[in-house]
Amino acid sequence: MLELKNISKYYNLGTVNEMCLFNNFNLSVNEGEFVSVVGSNGSGKTSMLNIICGSIDIDGGNILIKDKNITKMKEFERNKVIGRVYQNPAMGTCPNMTILENMSIADNKGKVFGLGRGTNKERINYYKEQLKLLNLGLEDKLNIKVGSLSGGQRQAMALLMATMTPINFLILDEHTAALDPKTADLIMELTDKVVKEKKLTTIMVTHNLRYAIEYGNRLIMMHQGNAILDKSADEKTKTKIEDILKMFNQISIECGN
Amino acid sequence: MGIFIGVLEQGLIYGVMALGIYITYKILDFPDLTVDGSFPMGAAVTAVLLTKGVNPYLALLVSFLAGAAAGICTGLIHVKLKVRDLLSGIIMMTALYSINLRITGKVNVPLFTNETVLENKVVDEAFARMPQIQILIVALIIALIVKILLDTYLKTKSGYLLRAVGDNETIVTSLAKDKGMVKIIGLAIANALVALGGSVMCQQQRFFDVSMGTGTMVIGLASVIIGTNIFKNSRIIKPTTAVLIGSIIYKGCVAFAISRGLKANDMKLITSVLFLVIIVITMDRKRKVKGNA
Repeated sequence: MLELKNISKYYNLGTVNEMCLFNNFNLSVNEGEFVSVVGSNGSGKTSMLNIICGSIDIDGGNILIKDKNITKMKEFERNKVIGRVYQNPAMGTCPNMTILENMSIADNKGKVFGLGRGTNKERINYYKEQLKLLNLGLEDKLNIKVGSLSGGQRQAMALLMATMTPINFLILDEHTAALDPKTADLIMELTDKVVKEKKLTTIMVTHNLRYAIEYGNRLIMMHQGNAILDKSADEKTKTKIEDILKMFNQISIECGN
Repeated sequence: MGIFIGVLEQGLIYGVMALGIYITYKILDFPDLTVDGSFPMGAAVTAVLLTKGVNPYLALLVSFLAGAAAGICTGLIHVKLKVRDLLSGIIMMTALYSINLRITGKVNVPLFTNETVLENKVVDEAFARMPQIQILIVALIIALIVKILLDTYLKTKSGYLLRAVGDNETIVTSLAKDKGMVKIIGLAIANALVALGGSVMCQQQRFFDVSMGTGTMVIGLASVIIGTNIFKNSRIIKPTTAVLIGSIIYKGCVAFAISRGLKANDMKLITSVLFLVIIVITMDRKRKVKGNA
């Protein structure tokens, strides 16, 4: 489904601060997998997501989705088949537009944004149904600006908007990190539901080891641009938080933290 | 009474231009200085066309398109050549000064024709009984048509995308759309409206002057800020209407200053001082809200 082949990425190339993040990094994700990625800061988790989405360029290697080479595709072109939820709840929605307008643009993803009516009135009931699933009462606030919603409500909407149209891939970039523990749990449950319902191939970066263990069917730990741990479904169910934490500490000692 | 009508006329004509600035400043969040060049560009195109006897309505359309072309250039400089927004506008503004001179060939062009959109046979006959409000009514009709078209556009899918790009660029990329392209479209529409305002202005004052664009940005911004701040909490009055009203209020303030003894030569000084006062007043209000919270 997704393949990263021999990826190289350097930061500040040609300066004294030159840093090699990825050197011949390989990863392949199969259809229907829900991969949780953990790792310390600077281990390359978010860079990996940015490389997949095309937000940052790579210095070598190839990226393939469904055997199609997308390395040279621009970010916005790749986004036709990728949905992404960011850490910052403000990134996934338009604060000065109403809930209804936000749902409308998300619904039109991948199609032409022409001179037709922005909101299709026949779809309003569908939007309401979708919002109702969130259990946040947003279905009654269609004409309220998203900017006046709380972070958790916005993140729930961002998730809904990212997965509204048919996509191959869902990218979750620490999407619960900016939320309080209770809301984070809610968003995580919601994510799991959406992923299962729509059978999405998902990559989730998280700092929450509990989520990494509880959700998904594959676990990867990143360290200095390498996947030092890769547990598939069966192994993963046996893994406990303590094991991961122990490993985490080992890495940290190596780094001198 | 004469001054009052004059203020309304000027306010509505500049209001068309201010609607363009509303797009760049409020929707796109792009400080676009191109307008100082595209406003006189609309006037230059109109002056040349009307001198040659072209239909004044057609001149409006051509000015609109010329403004759009200027906006596209600014957009391309910013998006494709990755020049900062403010600088892209300054580059185009400066370039347009010479281009405007090329268009007209002269520093100023007086219009001797009787055929303008504001005064022609058909309109003259319709207003035969009340010639004093003729220009005002025609200007009002033009401003309202532009406002309604803009409102309608902002409710289309393309309009939603334009609002989204100013609000949150990331989401436009997420929607698999090229945000640069959306910005270029926005700048094109904005400058087209500004040039349209310039065209109407030229037809009203029957005169083109190459320096008539100086301060366009400031006048437009002042109108936008006054209008949107006064009607900030209003649910009935749309921002576009607010901008038109803001433009009239602004022209009213200028007329008041002149009636107090300031001369026409002081115009740009009045413009900038007034603008400064408006910015400071609106800033003050923000601080108070924070203080109460």
